[in-house]
Amino acid sequence: MIAAVAPRRLRLDRQRVVGGFFVVGGFLLVFAVAPALTTESKRFLFGIGPDAPSWTFVPSTATLWIGGALVLLGAAAVGWRGRIVQAGLVVAGVLSVLMILVAALALSSNRSTNLAPLFVQSLRLGSPIALGALAGLWSERSGVVNIGIEGMMLAGAGIGFVAYALMNGGAGGVPLYLAVLVAVVAGGLFAALHAFLSITLRTDQIVSGVAVNLLAIGLTSFLRSQILVPLNADSATTLPELSIPILSDLPVVGGVFTAKPIFFFTFFAFAVAAFVLVRTRWGLRVRAVGENPHAAETLGIDVIRVRYGAVILGGCIAGLAGAQFSLETVGSFDDLMTNGTGFIALAALIFGKWRPGPVLAGAMFFGFARALGVRIQLLGVEIAGFPLPSQFLQAVPYVVTIVVLAGAIGRAVPPAAIGKPYRRSR
Amino acid sequence: MNGLPAALRRGLAPVVVPVLAVLTALAVAAVAVVVAGSSPIVAYGALFEGAFGTPARIATTIGRATPFIGTALAMAFAYKAGLFNIGAEGQILAGALLAAWVGTWSFLQDWSAWLLLPIVLGAGIVGGFVWGIVPGILKAKTGAHEVITTIMLNFVMTLLAVWLVNSLDPIILRDTAVSVARTRPLPDAARLPELVAGTKLHWGIFLMLGLVAATAWVLDRTPFGFEVRAVGTNADAATYAGMSVARITILVMAISGAMAGLAGAGHVSGADGHLSPGVFVNVGFDAIAIALLARANPYGIVPAALLWGALLSGAPLMQQRAGMSTDLVRIIEAAILVFIAGDVMIRRLFRLPEREEAPV
Amino acid sequence: MTQGGHHVLEVDGVTKTFPGVVANRAVSFDLAEGEVHCLLGENGAGKTTLMNIVYGLYRPDEGTIRVRGREVEFSSSADAIAHGIGMVHQHFQLVPTLTVLENVVLGAERVRRGVLELGPARRTLDELMDRYGLPVDPDALVGDLSVGVRQRVELLKALYRDADVLILDEPTAVLTPGEVDEFLGTVRELVDLGKSVVFITHKLREVAQVADRITVLRGGEVVGRTTPAETSEAELAALMVGREVSFAVERTEAHPGEIALEVVDLVVDDDRGHRAVDGCSFAVRAGEIFGIAGVEGNGQRELVEAIAGMRPVVAGEVRVAGRSVVGLDPRRIADLGVGHIPEDRTRHGLIGPFSVADNLVLNRYHEAPYARGLVRDRSAVRRHAEELVETFDIRTPGVDVPVAQLSGGNQQKVVVARELSRPLAVLLVAQPTRGLDVGSIEFIHRRLVEMRDRGTAVLLVSAELDEVLGLADTVGVLYRGRIVASMAAEEADRHRIGLLMATGSEAA
Ligand SMILES: Nc1ncnc2c1ncn2[C@@H]1O[C@H](COP(=O)(O)OP(=O)(O)O)[C@@H](O)[C@H]1O
Ligand SMILES: [Mg+2]
Repeated sequence: MIAAVAPRRLRLDRQRVVGGFFVVGGFLLVFAVAPALTTESKRFLFGIGPDAPSWTFVPSTATLWIGGALVLLGAAAVGWRGRIVQAGLVVAGVLSVLMILVAALALSSNRSTNLAPLFVQSLRLGSPIALGALAGLWSERSGVVNIGIEGMMLAGAGIGFVAYALMNGGAGGVPLYLAVLVAVVAGGLFAALHAFLSITLRTDQIVSGVAVNLLAIGLTSFLRSQILVPLNADSATTLPELSIPILSDLPVVGGVFTAKPIFFFTFFAFAVAAFVLVRTRWGLRVRAVGENPHAAETLGIDVIRVRYGAVILGGCIAGLAGAQFSLETVGSFDDLMTNGTGFIALAALIFGKWRPGPVLAGAMFFGFARALGVRIQLLGVEIAGFPLPSQFLQAVPYVVTIVVLAGAIGRAVPPAAIGKPYRRSR
Repeated sequence: MNGLPAALRRGLAPVVVPVLAVLTALAVAAVAVVVAGSSPIVAYGALFEGAFGTPARIATTIGRATPFIGTALAMAFAYKAGLFNIGAEGQILAGALLAAWVGTWSFLQDWSAWLLLPIVLGAGIVGGFVWGIVPGILKAKTGAHEVITTIMLNFVMTLLAVWLVNSLDPIILRDTAVSVARTRPLPDAARLPELVAGTKLHWGIFLMLGLVAATAWVLDRTPFGFEVRAVGTNADAATYAGMSVARITILVMAISGAMAGLAGAGHVSGADGHLSPGVFVNVGFDAIAIALLARANPYGIVPAALLWGALLSGAPLMQQRAGMSTDLVRIIEAAILVFIAGDVMIRRLFRLPEREEAPV
Repeated sequence: MTQGGHHVLEVDGVTKTFPGVVANRAVSFDLAEGEVHCLLGENGAGKTTLMNIVYGLYRPDEGTIRVRGREVEFSSSADAIAHGIGMVHQHFQLVPTLTVLENVVLGAERVRRGVLELGPARRTLDELMDRYGLPVDPDALVGDLSVGVRQRVELLKALYRDADVLILDEPTAVLTPGEVDEFLGTVRELVDLGKSVVFITHKLREVAQVADRITVLRGGEVVGRTTPAETSEAELAALMVGREVSFAVERTEAHPGEIALEVVDLVVDDDRGHRAVDGCSFAVRAGEIFGIAGVEGNGQRELVEAIAGMRPVVAGEVRVAGRSVVGLDPRRIADLGVGHIPEDRTRHGLIGPFSVADNLVLNRYHEAPYARGLVRDRSAVRRHAEELVETFDIRTPGVDVPVAQLSGGNQQKVVVARELSRPLAVLLVAQPTRGLDVGSIEFIHRRLVEMRDRGTAVLLVSAELDEVLGLADTVGVLYRGRIVASMAAEEADRHRIGLLMATGSEAA
């Protein structure tokens, strides 16, 4: 691949670019958007019931304030540096999200909207993205590009559900959990194929990922029409909902703590991943192998084994993410059910720069974009007399990823050995 | 193999592995057929008959192969420059979308085909060009990897197409006369004529074959082709020799996108006469498989794409006769890619000499 | 010849072949306890291969290895480490994104139920740093460290694993002269503390300073075993290269003309964004060879690449025949009559899978007669190639074979032929004879002098001081990115230049 294209000459200072972006945006808000928004007061609710917290505001005034704040914070980032300025940029980011919500409500005919379900929904939609991204994280931190996440997820969703249908489980219970296990194994097997092709046979990792995707698409749709359709297996039985005592009664955020098992597992898996990556022997080796496999080899580390382990573990996680679609959420399987989530996961992985915390945050941000798309349709937000197309919000993760890759907001630098087939010395 | 004269063996080598890979993939898929309780002979017999049984079926096969030729060529051309263009899906859609839109501009409606056809096809080229040059520029100017950016741009274009075609409020490109979501029909003068009536085989096939020949010629015989291959083989040496890697990268991605865009316009103008946003789903993956099966050789793409066309057009008869889901051919396609990608497996299986390092 | 102590390491009749190369042929070698044994040989002699075998990275085709008298068979370096062998590789094997401590423990982690225990490891590391005088910040990211400090980390890695046999593969190649002396001191200290050391080098001066015994390798075979007391530098050099080294090229007096290449206060960064060339100034006249001497890594590569337009100039001026070329791309610069024989022919100079003929027009494929309008004229390219193969005596089965199939010497001749086959005002030459056989070296040297005599200004950069002294009419010394002195060849004696290369000044 071409590496010789030098980006050096064009290196604009990142912080200034972002700051300038906020300054311009802030001025636009103050002078263009605020006057156009209604002066009728609107209300955000955070939960249902009369005692739920709420915030009443006048959209045009709120926009003035937010715009002003963005100008100040952006200008600070252009003029100074340091931790406080950086924290200011984070605040500006949060304010921008708030501004989207304010504008959405202002542009709809509704007087108020409840934000608590939006928050819960963001996490729900973010969860499969996050699991998929975690799958990619393990693989890519060990130095193996994984564009086959989508295929591994689809394999988990399809094969897991086929297993459930064949077990005649019908009513959920143990077979349902066994089916989840099958999904995990299926994801792992597809990952093993990716590992075999790209690590053992040293096939180009991109090609190998494409092969995994194609195979998953073919196999799952074949299984569906060959097995599920004749069985008429749309159980609509799904994993049961669990409630975490006390926490689920909290105001505003309580809704998050009543959810299904794989959803909860997402957060657990990230906590474990963060710990394992930094604090355990295996995690250290995964990082080493992804950055400089030959150095690891000279220290007696079996690079191939570590990579197999990381890729297959990732595949298992992807399989679980697939099960989340068919076995946890819907209770049936459709062709191409994962619907590109594996690629948004890849986007979240890059957005989070291959680090667990930021990757989780990125996935949840993309989940928010999806949830917001739905919400905006419900609200009937109109721009220039027409409804705002939900596709615009759906496109956010992809556009953001391109922007991040291009280096405009914090350049994403992948693990150094990624994509390069490794050959053991002999 | 050992009995053949060396020269002949060398000449055959690029063909032998792909053919064996296809045969092995068919054998693997046969296992699925048996497990599903059917006979591979019946199934494959029907598949073959469905693809080639009558002149009309052959025409359908060629018609299905037509857009694959363009997209696989786009992929292969970029590959020669060391670029991995996974964006064929977005680029073909960009071309098709622009062609479908331009073709319905009201002031063009009664122009003659001599003017209208080039305009519509040109629009396809422009659409694909734009959607290809973006990742090219990003790669050249910022180093953003084209694999990721093209994947992301595929989704952006898909969403854009869905919006433009599906939207009812406002109505943008949607044909309100029919219940399904698709664009308004192109006027007859903007249609590439059919070659065999009722088969969707149209003049676009000659367009694609011409593109194949032109690409092969450019790569082999022009200074630009020399630059493309140099950059793809050793970008550092290309820089040293005074070539601009950034310029070539941008140009190649743009041209690659334009090829896919032309394929999209050809499909709209020739096969369908309108665009439904879902027609090109996963075409990019198929393009990669076809281009690799052809070892990125422009001429090799023609038979490889025909194979894809045959699998797709033969599948319904197979389903009818053997009760095998048409999705079986997707498994066959995937298995072909697996064995092409891991061609070491094929070489070991059939005891062929191992390949030297340089792939394709 | 062997000294008292028993052998900690014995290599017996080891042969190792790579496709097309015999890297080691029936090599025997031993290391006595508590000695420094120098393994001496030119680039490509097979030193690294031999030690990679000892370290378990390669398996020998034939031969045996004994550690402390016991025959061993290593299946990976883990086995070698377990037998107390440590190796500092020629190219550092560090993970830049990990900390020093993480790099040190990697592969030898202490864990409780899989969880790293870095506390005890840190204490051990502190202790080692103290005992051997190798201070490093354990929490620094290795990517942020200087080369000299990384070297220390590599040593600490081996010591952390309780290695008592240390293999140091060209450890001084990347060090500044000051660091070299310090490092040689460290090596002696290690021996005093009970380690046994294999010290690989091709620098004779270091051998004299540090070795107890010497084994010389050439073309994969042992060609001599001796001690510093029994031999001289000249004799060792002869053993290494297989003949009396003679870089003395026959040449007549130069007749310098106008200034053809002028570099003024040039500043250039390296790949990592660090200053590599820092205020460099010199001028080369038509008809003279300006040789640049210097320890590798003092900005040679960046200097040449910047002049050729392959690397951005941060500040300063480069003029060819009075015209500024800063900011021009390589093609525009080449069009001004600048030729360039690059340092790394496989990376920059050639495209391996392309034919010899295509490589011979690599930078002129677009000009007449090789291209007419939009079409390449392949018969013109072939004719041109056949001509050059003839005049430059390139040994090849034909002009259509991939250039990668040629031997190193003939590949270099392809590069030289291409660059010298057109009229040049300026010729940039970097490491023109690295890794080549004697015949090719002499051929290329003669050609360079010929170019000079035809009025080309030649800028020669070489790591071989003898090559510079033998060819140059004017010698400049590059030290930390600037020319610290330049003088006529007659005034340039080895001692004076060596001092300048080492310290940047003549006042020692
Ligand atoms: N992994 C390898 N594959 C093929 N050839 C090799 C390999 N390693 C070394 N060689 C070849 O073996 C010879 C000896 O190389 P090496 O041991 O690195 O020499 P030295 O360390 O003395 O410079 C060289 O000709 C080199 O090109
Ligand atoms: Mg070496």
